[in-house]
Amino acid sequence: MPKSKSAYSISTRKQKSDTYIFVVWVDNEAGVLARVVGLFSGRGYNIESLAVAEIDAVKNISRITIVTTGTPQVIEQIRLQLTKLVPVHKVAEFKREDKNVIFKEMALFKVVGKRIKIEKCLNACKKFNPVILDETKSSAVIQITALRRDVDIMSKKLKPLGLISTSRTGAVAMTRGAKIFN
Amino acid sequence: MPNLFTGAEIVFKCLEDQKVEHIFGYPGGAVLPIYDELKNHSSIKHILVRHEQGAGHAAEGYARSSGKPGVVLVTSGPGATNVVTALTDAYMDSVPLVCISGQVPTHLIGTDAFQECDTTGITRPCTKHNWLVKDINNLSNIIHEAFRVATTGRPGPVLIDIPKDIQFAKAKYTKPKTQKKLNGKSHNKFSQNEIDELIKLIRKSNKPIIYSGGGVINSGPKASEALRELANLTGFPITSTLQGLGAFPGDDNQFLGMLGMHGTYEANNAMHDCDLLINIGARFDDRITGKIDEFSPNSKKVHIDIDPSSINKIIKVDLAIVGDVSSVINKINKTILKSKNGNSKSNKSNIAKWWEQIEKWRKKDSLNFINSNETIKPQFAVQRLYELTKNKDTYVTTEVGQHQMWAAQHYKFNKPNRWMTSGGLGTMGYGLPAAVGVQIAHPEKLVIDIAGEASVLMTMQEMSTAIQYNLPIKIFILNNQYMGMVRQWQELLHEKNYSESYSEALPDFMKMAEAYGCKGIKAENPLSLDEKIQEMVDYDGPVIFDCHVDPNENCFPMIPSGKPHNQMILGPNDQQENKIKGKGKALV
Repeated sequence: MPKSKSAYSISTRKQKSDTYIFVVWVDNEAGVLARVVGLFSGRGYNIESLAVAEIDAVKNISRITIVTTGTPQVIEQIRLQLTKLVPVHKVAEFKREDKNVIFKEMALFKVVGKRIKIEKCLNACKKFNPVILDETKSSAVIQITALRRDVDIMSKKLKPLGLISTSRTGAVAMTRGAKIFN
Repeated sequence: MPNLFTGAEIVFKCLEDQKVEHIFGYPGGAVLPIYDELKNHSSIKHILVRHEQGAGHAAEGYARSSGKPGVVLVTSGPGATNVVTALTDAYMDSVPLVCISGQVPTHLIGTDAFQECDTTGITRPCTKHNWLVKDINNLSNIIHEAFRVATTGRPGPVLIDIPKDIQFAKAKYTKPKTQKKLNGKSHNKFSQNEIDELIKLIRKSNKPIIYSGGGVINSGPKASEALRELANLTGFPITSTLQGLGAFPGDDNQFLGMLGMHGTYEANNAMHDCDLLINIGARFDDRITGKIDEFSPNSKKVHIDIDPSSINKIIKVDLAIVGDVSSVINKINKTILKSKNGNSKSNKSNIAKWWEQIEKWRKKDSLNFINSNETIKPQFAVQRLYELTKNKDTYVTTEVGQHQMWAAQHYKFNKPNRWMTSGGLGTMGYGLPAAVGVQIAHPEKLVIDIAGEASVLMTMQEMSTAIQYNLPIKIFILNNQYMGMVRQWQELLHEKNYSESYSEALPDFMKMAEAYGCKGIKAENPLSLDEKIQEMVDYDGPVIFDCHVDPNENCFPMIPSGKPHNQMILGPNDQQENKIKGKGKALV
């Protein structure tokens, strides 16, 4: 434990952190993303990935999906603090292991190399609905949709096969079945 | 063709409809159109401060003492950045402020124009919400919404940034809408079941304590009345946070004094040993809880708060009731009264033993100090000030440091809204401008800033404001030539290495008073102190009172050093083996 002479207490208990996905419905207005992200950085919460886009142009609503880690107490604080923001309509949070929720992330891989190598890449990506978006004699841009960890694995796998550039979205989430979150 | 108004006119129409009577501000290039419009609105009085931070704190004092939101008007750039400390202070202590700032014209935003800064960016983390007005047609709705956000739920500061071209542009004016829920954010979510649950806990408890906070003050005078009734019905002992002082009468026998780092022995021990802790409108601040693992280890904990994010933030509670303190306590009182009609009167007999224990702790007289005939002890000065002003309806503000704690310990408040202090942020320099604001809200009342000489120098320029508006504020400086609280920590934690905590040069406060154009009084002798305090109280005008006190006095009792509530350092009369050591240092 550090021998601090600060005016504050030393943190004592270490709790287990888990990964959670927050889905936040917000008014699509200037600065709203800064408010949400600023809340995370200002209170020392961590952001693993972030995806945001308008989902309802009439009501002017955007949906922000944030992957974060924290102890149960921190996760509850994040939810309550987010709910307090004026432009926030509702907040949902899911554990990453939650079987009732679909999490997906899209990735673009640019592969440079001979035809055989590109074929190998496509083959390796087979499980993740690979789509070729662009092709030349010596290169290809491949799109896959997968879980975060699968994208991690794939980008490692493709490195020796000529992967030179990766671009990926943050995870987005949706519940299974007919229900929606209220 | 409907009536069109300029942005500046709309600002004032909104303020009028929001029943604003005073604004605290400082003009500058980017707010000139609004200042130009001021002359046409006689119901609104502008108070010209000397520094924008002063405007913010004055508005805080105004809001805290009156229950109405404080309104601040500043220019762009430095005007806005100067008010940031006050906004943060208001955010931490839940004070409703509406700050209107000028901004460079829309087409210049982002070009590093003269006196431009990203005001909404800078103030985002220290306001409940802020707005940059980009369209004149939104201006009236934004201002009305700003007042609603500032004053509803857990109150706090908001800021509206208005570019200069918007102040000139014209649009229709819209009146405030009748209360509508903000994005479905309602505040009273509690149910009768939760109240019944609490009543059960109250029945079962043998060692209860009520721990009340600033939320009771913010909920309005009715909440204080309800709290008094609750205490009366249950007979429970009650302690209060720094911000909650005055919600319950400080001289009542049921009141154990303030709790926390410099709280009383009886309050802290009762918090530690209780079996039921009812937190009403407080937030388990780290100055209150001390070591969290050992905070009130054997109690059922109940938390009543309007802000759901305050619950379980620091201390896990067994029962949470989210709602306005006033409505919750009233509901509790009604339920208790109803059940009383049936059978047993209360559990006052259950807690007789508990009271015996509390009386034992009380006998320690933990606020004691060794008085002197030669030098004025700061505690003695506050006690005398209290005795000589308690029969007037006195309003007290403070700066931050030892004098603040002594004021909290020795000045007893009997009514809410009489005590204005910077608790959360701990802003030195808060008290003098806050006193200006309090005096504006209560022109006939006695307003005293209990100050330290180091703190007061941070916003001393606002004496000029006091003179300009004939505000008879009394600046009661406990002058010990040190940043006393810093010195105390250095003495106790840093081997008496008084690094930079002594002010080798201080102004002559008597001459300063003369220079500002107010009365100066100096007291150096305890024997003539009463007479001088009386002179200050009787004087019809602002006074700077330079009270020379013992520079080496420490503020006790004190929870040191990684220790829980039941292990306090008491004053010099009770020298025990309590030495601060090891990792404990970090907790002070």
